[in-house]
Amino acid sequence: MLTFSRPMAGPPQRAVRNGGLIWLTAPALGACSQVQSALSPEGDKAQAVAGLFWLFTAVCAAVWLIVIAIMVVAVLRGRPWEAAPDVEPDRRREHRVGIVVTSGTAITVVILIVLTFASFLTNMGFAGAPDLALTIRISGHQWWWQINYEAHDPSRRFETANELHIPVGQEVRLQFESPDVIHSFWVPNLAGKQDLIPGRLTQLTLMADKPGVYRGQCAEYCGAQHAHMVFYVVVQRPQAFAHWFNAQIGSAHPPQTDEQRRGQMIFMARACATCHTIGGTNAGGIVGPDLTHFGSRMTIAAGTLWNKQPLLEQWIAAPQKIKPYTRMPSADLDRGELHEVAKYLESLK
Amino acid sequence: MRTRVALNVSPLPTNAFGSRALTWWGTIAFMSLEGMGFALAIGAYLYLRTRAAQWPINSPPPDLLPGTGVTIILLLSLIPNYFAEKWARSMNLKKVQWSLVLMSVVGVSPLIVRVFEFGALHARWDSDAYGSLVWFLLGLHTTHLLTDVGDTIVLAVLMFTRHGNNPRRFGDASDNAFYWDFVVLSWLPIYFVIYWIPRL
Amino acid sequence: MSAVSDALRDTDLDESQLQRRLLGIWRTPPGIVGWLSSVDHKQIALRYIVTAFVFLGLGGISAAIMRLQLALPDNHLVSADKYDQLFTMHGSTMMFLFAVPVMQAFAVYFVPLMIGTRNVAFPRLNAFSYWVYLFGGAMLWFAAFSNSGPDVGWFSYTPLAGPGYGLGKRPDVWAQMITYTELSALAVAVEIIATIFKMRAPGMTLDRIPIFVWGSLVTAFMILFAMPAIMVASTMLILDRLVNTHFFDVALGGDNLLWQHLFWFFGHPEVYIIFLPATGMVSTMLPAFTRRPVFGYTGIVLALAATAFFSFGLWVHHMFVTGLPRLGESFFTASSMAIAVPAGIQIFCWLATLWEGRPQLRTPLLFILGFIFNFVIGGLTGVMVASVPLDTQVHDTYFVVAHFHYVLIGGSVFPLLGVIYYWFPKIAGRMLSETLGKVHFWVAFVGFNVAFFPMHILGLEGMPRRIYTYPADMPWAGLNLLSTIGAVIFFISFLILLWNLMRSLMAGAPAGDNPWDAETLEWATTSPPPPQNFNRIPIVTSRSPLWRHRDEMPVIAGMRGDRREVIVSTLTEAEPDMLESSPAPSIWPFWTALATSITLLWSIYTPWAIVYGAVPIAVTLVGWFWPKGSKEDES
Ligand code: HEA
Ligand code: HEA
Ligand code: HEC
Ligand code: CUA
Ligand SMILES: [Cu+2]
Repeated sequence: MLTFSRPMAGPPQRAVRNGGLIWLTAPALGACSQVQSALSPEGDKAQAVAGLFWLFTAVCAAVWLIVIAIMVVAVLRGRPWEAAPDVEPDRRREHRVGIVVTSGTAITVVILIVLTFASFLTNMGFAGAPDLALTIRISGHQWWWQINYEAHDPSRRFETANELHIPVGQEVRLQFESPDVIHSFWVPNLAGKQDLIPGRLTQLTLMADKPGVYRGQCAEYCGAQHAHMVFYVVVQRPQAFAHWFNAQIGSAHPPQTDEQRRGQMIFMARACATCHTIGGTNAGGIVGPDLTHFGSRMTIAAGTLWNKQPLLEQWIAAPQKIKPYTRMPSADLDRGELHEVAKYLESLK
Repeated sequence: MRTRVALNVSPLPTNAFGSRALTWWGTIAFMSLEGMGFALAIGAYLYLRTRAAQWPINSPPPDLLPGTGVTIILLLSLIPNYFAEKWARSMNLKKVQWSLVLMSVVGVSPLIVRVFEFGALHARWDSDAYGSLVWFLLGLHTTHLLTDVGDTIVLAVLMFTRHGNNPRRFGDASDNAFYWDFVVLSWLPIYFVIYWIPRL
Repeated sequence: MSAVSDALRDTDLDESQLQRRLLGIWRTPPGIVGWLSSVDHKQIALRYIVTAFVFLGLGGISAAIMRLQLALPDNHLVSADKYDQLFTMHGSTMMFLFAVPVMQAFAVYFVPLMIGTRNVAFPRLNAFSYWVYLFGGAMLWFAAFSNSGPDVGWFSYTPLAGPGYGLGKRPDVWAQMITYTELSALAVAVEIIATIFKMRAPGMTLDRIPIFVWGSLVTAFMILFAMPAIMVASTMLILDRLVNTHFFDVALGGDNLLWQHLFWFFGHPEVYIIFLPATGMVSTMLPAFTRRPVFGYTGIVLALAATAFFSFGLWVHHMFVTGLPRLGESFFTASSMAIAVPAGIQIFCWLATLWEGRPQLRTPLLFILGFIFNFVIGGLTGVMVASVPLDTQVHDTYFVVAHFHYVLIGGSVFPLLGVIYYWFPKIAGRMLSETLGKVHFWVAFVGFNVAFFPMHILGLEGMPRRIYTYPADMPWAGLNLLSTIGAVIFFISFLILLWNLMRSLMAGAPAGDNPWDAETLEWATTSPPPPQNFNRIPIVTSRSPLWRHRDEMPVIAGMRGDRREVIVSTLTEAEPDMLESSPAPSIWPFWTALATSITLLWSIYTPWAIVYGAVPIAVTLVGWFWPKGSKEDES
């Protein structure tokens, strides 16, 4: 977990004052402006598109400047008022202007053909390789991301949420589906977006050239909390990735301290277990994110809060206050219970 | 602004039929937008058909009898309709009156058979997308039948009042006949889609 | 039965008698009933225009609230739920209740004047369409104020808008609003087509039709073929929600992309339905302020037609990230690029007109220049998003929001504002203040660009659209604040316009018939025009009739002086072909509209409303068409 050796910034109380919303810091992610931007590509596709973007921008800027220049000069040439304009302007003159206009149109056609072609070539380059080592199934839910790592060997499959880990420099296939409404998977630094549409299977191949953490966000309006349907793509060096991968496969660590044990009992006794799965326990709910390794994740509730003890307690106590309309009901637990449950969940590294 | 009379239009006629009249253009414009509606509904049908594993989704194809019956009645109705139009143009009050009465009757008969058509579909509107589509297509055309028949009946009554003998009414009568042609012709593709596509 | 010989004709009357008689025949009866019965295209169009601007105000105020919410990160000015209603109401209002109606309204007002006739082809249909539009818009906003405003975006994607997710009656309200507005838009389109085809003044051959009239004609045809798509779609949506059909239900053979295809098959032409009339306005205003006929008349008219034609082959460019086959998508990239050619032709022709002419920097011309400046930006970003790979990055981001505001506001609202300064004197008989006008322009121009240019960058920096807030650490706060400041400035510019309008209604300088010394026929009559528009119908011998006949206008005689009568002429040559009576005022269109509206509203709650409602609708329709024995009824 190279990139997150430093603790997340933003003193909790400050975060709390801001409705508990996330405070990112530059060091972890590099300059802010690169957190989620199509203009600082770190993946092959984003790279290609950025190139195309600058080509289009240059051409269009030129066209615009020429048009405006002609317009301004035409107006500034300042000719006096004509009281009785003639109804049929001089033929020969009109003809000459006609030639200019026609050639302008011709140039337009040429430029458009070039742009279309450039766009076409870039697009064709995007047909990902047929078979890839790593396939990940992602389903969009209102308003969180379910992530399943596929494998032939069932013992190497696992589920997580809102945080996608991929090895650097390796092309991976993402397969999308949506059980509820249309969402759109978008991590601008790595690639363009792809919709997740109920009743249809869509996919996208990703490749990142640099280790790092990239922010992604649902791009298709999907209801009240469309704004808080964030995810992170963690690009890791192969061994770091393998280390994370193996940790995720295993079932949850059993609770160590009494505190954690009590937390687990509360979790199992309350509604929690009916909606959340914790591998190796009899919590098998599928309504909400899998919490088996929740402690290892950076955020709570699809990037709404940093995953920190006090924030987690707030979340469990009042998800409806922090993320209105989210499908998770507020739980009536007293301070102590909240603390214990949170301690337990944090222990699920 | 000073003006100079350069043309006297008093000899011009005060009514005309077909594409010379304003209402004809109104009628044809409405026909084309309704035709577009039919086309899109049919498009939706064909589109969902390409997405489905089998078609009809889970019901037998509709029975041919009632639908074909309606088709035949509608096609036959074109004959009296042709005369209705002809007589309207020749502004023959008596004949127009009776042709309109006849067309009202002829217009109601397919509606009666249509009732059985819905039954013959073997799919409810809420059973699946196929059912929804066929009901939609049939409903769309039925509303057109209903409105035009209603129009015909009102016009028939009007023709027997003191307002009847009036070039404007004859214009309405001919446009009404014109619109009936549309109602009939627009049915043919819908008939094909509903009854024959599932059999292909 | 040709002309009744004993009928009173204008040939038997001198100018003042004729004037008085025509006034008597064509004036709208006084009183509230008279007001509700009006079939005067000018009165109805004016109601349309004012109503559309009220909706612009409402849409703009929702926009202002959105901007305030987005001005600061993690802002809690409005809740997520309110914000979702706000952007849906904003988009739907602007597109369906402002932009399309306002363009049609100007056509209804000026097409008859510009082609030299006395009313539209179907005056009662015209009245009907206005009432339906008014009731539909009112319904939408009453719903919004009672917290039932639609909240699923102006294109109501399923399944979010479907029975499974759409909250309460909100999506139904949206879908039914569509039925109202499309009904009225279609009605107007039909009457515009018939009017332009068959009621042009003698001598106005196809190649003498003013370009604004061409624009309105082409637009009317687009409406005719585009709007049925959304009527079908919204009906299917209502049925899915009301009687559980399964058009968009994947579980039972439905498909969500069916909705998107149907919507955008309408939605794309829709944007040119908003844009083409605006270009017509530009081409019509230019000659007055460049002192020459617009350059490349034929080219511009063909460009209009070409745009209309192509626009039906572009819709998939709104669906580039839904995972459709690559090759198919590339085709739509090509067609979207192709549409830039006709747009270019128009721009080039206007530039040529400016270059060859003698530009006079009056307010309308300022708005035209502002239009070129902004629209070309919007058009070019359009070309960018037309590229599939580029679009995968900017789709559903603020880059697209920037694109379409540049084309909608820069491309349509700027010409519209220009045309207000241009035509207000004709409508009100008084000039607007030039100074206030120039101030208005510069405030609007600066405000608009400050508000919307930053959105390009925001989109590229990864800000998606339709998010009610964003975290402080995203690098978006600064530009959003800037954009909000711009929006406030832009808002103020409208208040300046409002003030200018009020001021000159009270104390504007009298306009006279033709204050701009313009070339087209609407300036051949008084300002404001009398109910009959012209005492004698002019004869057209040129594309610029008023420049051609400066001292004396050839006109027609021999029309009836005792009833509403219009000349019906031939389609291409515009030769007078017959004299048809034009319907007198009637309150029945109002009742019909009322019955229709109540039925539609009711049908949000039960399908049976259609059955019960059919009765009053039928009754009012009979009342509408049943002859009352007036001079106009008898032919
Ligand atoms: C007035 C309305 C209007 C107009 C005129 C246009 C004009 C164009 N639009 Fe736009 N568009 C909208 C309104 C409009 N659009 C709206 C409302 C949406 C969003 C809907 C939503 O999602 O909510 C949208 C969205 C939209 C998309 C989907 C983006 C997305 O959702 O991801 C696309 C993609 O292709 C597109 C393309 C174009 C193109 C190619 C043009 C072209 O017609 C532009 C042509 C004009 C020019 C190019 C400039 C003038 C030409 C020259 C000066 C000649 C020289 C030029 C060159 C050499 C290039 N538009
Ligand atoms: C013609 C169409 C049109 C117009 C004019 C506007 C005008 C404006 N729009 Fe909007 N906009 C859309 C069409 C339009 N928009 C559409 C289709 C969407 C997509 C919606 C969706 O996603 O579903 C959208 C979305 C949209 C968004 C994105 C919301 C989101 O995705 O979260 C934003 C955000 O800033 C915005 C802002 C504005 C602003 C500040 C204006 C300003 O320019 C407003 C200016 C107008 C005023 C300030 C009103 C002033 C008028 C008066 C005061 C009355 C005057 C009366 C007389 C003169 C008689 N618009
Ligand atoms: C009715 C179903 C339901 C119940 C009961 C429920 N949750 Fe949740 N939970 C969810 C959903 C849905 C989410 C995703 C919310 C979102 O991101 O919008 C969630 C999210 C979470 C998360 C954040 C997971 C992540 O990776 O972001 C935690 C932690 C959590 N719940 C803990 C609990 C605890 C503890 C309880 C019991 C006190 C509980 N939940 C009860 C449905 C439920
Ligand atoms: Cu999920 Cu937006
Ligand atoms: Cu488009």
